[in-house]
Amino acid sequence: MNRATLIFLGAFLALSFSWAGLLLSNVNSYGGLAPHFDETDNKAYPAQVPGLAAQGAQVYADLGCAYCHTQQISGGEPSADLTRKWGERESYARDYIREESVLLGELRVGPDLRNFGARDSTAAAIYLHLYNPQIETKGSTMPPYAFLFTTRKIVGQPSPLALDRVKVNVPAGSEIIPTDRAEALVAYLLNLRDSYEYPVEKQKNTPPKPPAAPHGAAEHKPEAHK
Amino acid sequence: MSAHPHQSSAATPAAESGPADASVRVPVLFLLTSGILWLLAGSALAFIAAIKLHTPGFLADCEFLTYGRVYPAALNALAYGWGVNAGLAVALWLMVRLARANLPGGSLLLVAGSFWNLGVMLGVLGILAGWSTSVPWLEMPRQVVPLLLVAYVLCAAWVIGALRHGSSPRLYASQWWLLAAVFSFPWLWAAAEAMLFFAPVRGTVQSVVGAWFTGGFLLLWFMPIGLAVIYYLLPKLIGKPIRGYYVAPFGFWSYIVCAGWVGASRLTGAPVPAWTQAAGAVASLLMLVPLAILTVNLLYSVLADGLSVLGRSVVLRFTAVAAAAFTFCLGRASLMILLGSPRLTWLAVSSDYLILYGVFSMAVFSAVYYLTPRIVRRAWPYAGLINAHFTLSFIGLLVGGVALELGGQQQGRDLANGVAFTEVTAHSLPYLQTATIAGVLLILGHLAFALNFVKIAFCPFVRARANAAPVPVELTRTAPEMEVAP
Ligand code: HEC
Repeated sequence: MNRATLIFLGAFLALSFSWAGLLLSNVNSYGGLAPHFDETDNKAYPAQVPGLAAQGAQVYADLGCAYCHTQQISGGEPSADLTRKWGERESYARDYIREESVLLGELRVGPDLRNFGARDSTAAAIYLHLYNPQIETKGSTMPPYAFLFTTRKIVGQPSPLALDRVKVNVPAGSEIIPTDRAEALVAYLLNLRDSYEYPVEKQKNTPPKPPAAPHGAAEHKPEAHK
Repeated sequence: MSAHPHQSSAATPAAESGPADASVRVPVLFLLTSGILWLLAGSALAFIAAIKLHTPGFLADCEFLTYGRVYPAALNALAYGWGVNAGLAVALWLMVRLARANLPGGSLLLVAGSFWNLGVMLGVLGILAGWSTSVPWLEMPRQVVPLLLVAYVLCAAWVIGALRHGSSPRLYASQWWLLAAVFSFPWLWAAAEAMLFFAPVRGTVQSVVGAWFTGGFLLLWFMPIGLAVIYYLLPKLIGKPIRGYYVAPFGFWSYIVCAGWVGASRLTGAPVPAWTQAAGAVASLLMLVPLAILTVNLLYSVLADGLSVLGRSVVLRFTAVAAAAFTFCLGRASLMILLGSPRLTWLAVSSDYLILYGVFSMAVFSAVYYLTPRIVRRAWPYAGLINAHFTLSFIGLLVGGVALELGGQQQGRDLANGVAFTEVTAHSLPYLQTATIAGVLLILGHLAFALNFVKIAFCPFVRARANAAPVPVELTRTAPEMEVAP
């Protein structure tokens, strides 16, 4: 039994060590990272996630979009993510602090969505894409989410959210409209936008230029025109 | 010289199965049966997911089978349903046997095991119904996790109990690995669940927790169970002791010390602190130490006398593939770090697949083929199906692994070179279709396995035929000096 106790103790210590080293230390070092308050904009970044978008985040999780889409823009030299215009800058840890559940994703079957809201896509286009990705992107392997839509008879005014009749087959007198979940999901997608340059991260990531400007000025200028 | 697979694996080594085997018969059969049912369910779900990746219109109107649900449902069915049930079954049998224990109170284990399976069922159905957390490997809704943890601890208590009840003063290599696995898994899981869902940490620290758990689950549950089986079976099946057994403890300890950190390497390039990524990379490279030691112990033990030894028994072929997959997995992981392989591609999937299928499942298959005749005291009814299972799963493993590997390399190049996304998708299709074909092979193999298992475990009338088969001596004799004694 003595050898067994030794093994238990060893395994316990080894695992505890990795737990303390990787998790506890990270919780301590940046688990309490705060939003950055920008005095010029009089706003905190990252911004609070609006209610509908927060609901959409849950739809994103329950439908498992994250198995095909990452939400992390890689920086570095050269960054293919930036040349693809998936993001305007690399992702920082601070970008995620408002999220209830952080889904970075592990595999890119589809494009990264971290900055999707900044690619000028309209809600109508996203609905159409979700309804059937093949309509606009032939050969897309993204699954159709037609079950996020309902077909109903038009009574009075047609819904402004209804799918474009030219693009999809709709029985006469009916329209296909997104369900509440689809609306929340689209609100979430449009809200995905990381373009703000935090002074601290910006400074860490730009290699120091030889003749540095006075400290305070360098810290506040970059984001002024973002 | 090479005996028939029929002879080697269809043997009824009554002489070798003692009271220890009889005492765990019911719990081991229960856990194995549940595990195999989960294996079938999980591979069916995985197959649906694989088809959807190249044919998105397949079953597209079923919300509960949408890719983002059916894939995690498959993963959880395979990891918690097959992986934990079969892992516990093998752990229990090995522990009882090596400790020469006579285990009382198996019926309590059945209760705990039933609750485990109930929990996994609720978890998988919960994922399909839309309560998935979407956190990789931790998708089951948090409400079922406390039930699962309690059930697991009660099952694992039997494995530990076997050690305490045992009369053997020795502790063999297999037992070190089993103890580490049985103990690490609940620790990892409880900590990760607590930090992600019960008292969630903030921001990308969540991703660090997730990566730590996933790495730990793979390297401190699946791998060790596989290694325990290989350490036990190889010397018996080859008829020679493990080579360089005296260094095995160094292999064990260096592995255990590094393994918990390796998960962080899944976050290379992610928005988490650079030192965390570096720690993961360093740990992956340090794994070269246990890799070298274990390769000498295991793979070299197989290969030292030439490949012809593999002709001896199909059970040995399963074990040998697991040993080779172990060396390949860890070697590949280090190489990927050194070469800076593309991230967020199919390469990551193929790493996990190699551990789950190549090491763990292949080792467990060999254990099941070895142990079942000994606990039910009957021969395998269809020796041909065992061969078929080996051929199908080996080819399936290779084809699937190569497809993901090449597909991942291609995807990495395309993504780095700014190839238009529709092209990236188009280039990946042939690889994904090949992976689906591999899935067909694996599923056929599982069916052969399940059929044989149901027959041997639940159809007593095959007993008669068993006595007819001649039993090769080296498989039935318990040679204590071969039990990898330190
Ligand atoms: C099976 C993998 C898969 C799943 C699951 C998936 N997608 Fe996609 N997605 C893709 C692929 C491939 C593309 C690129 C082709 C296209 O535009 O259709 C894409 C493209 C997109 C785009 C357009 C991105 C751009 O830059 O143009 C958006 C938005 C999107 N997906 C959102 C989602 C949402 C929301 C979900 C979950 C409801 C989801 N995806 C689930 C594979 C997937």
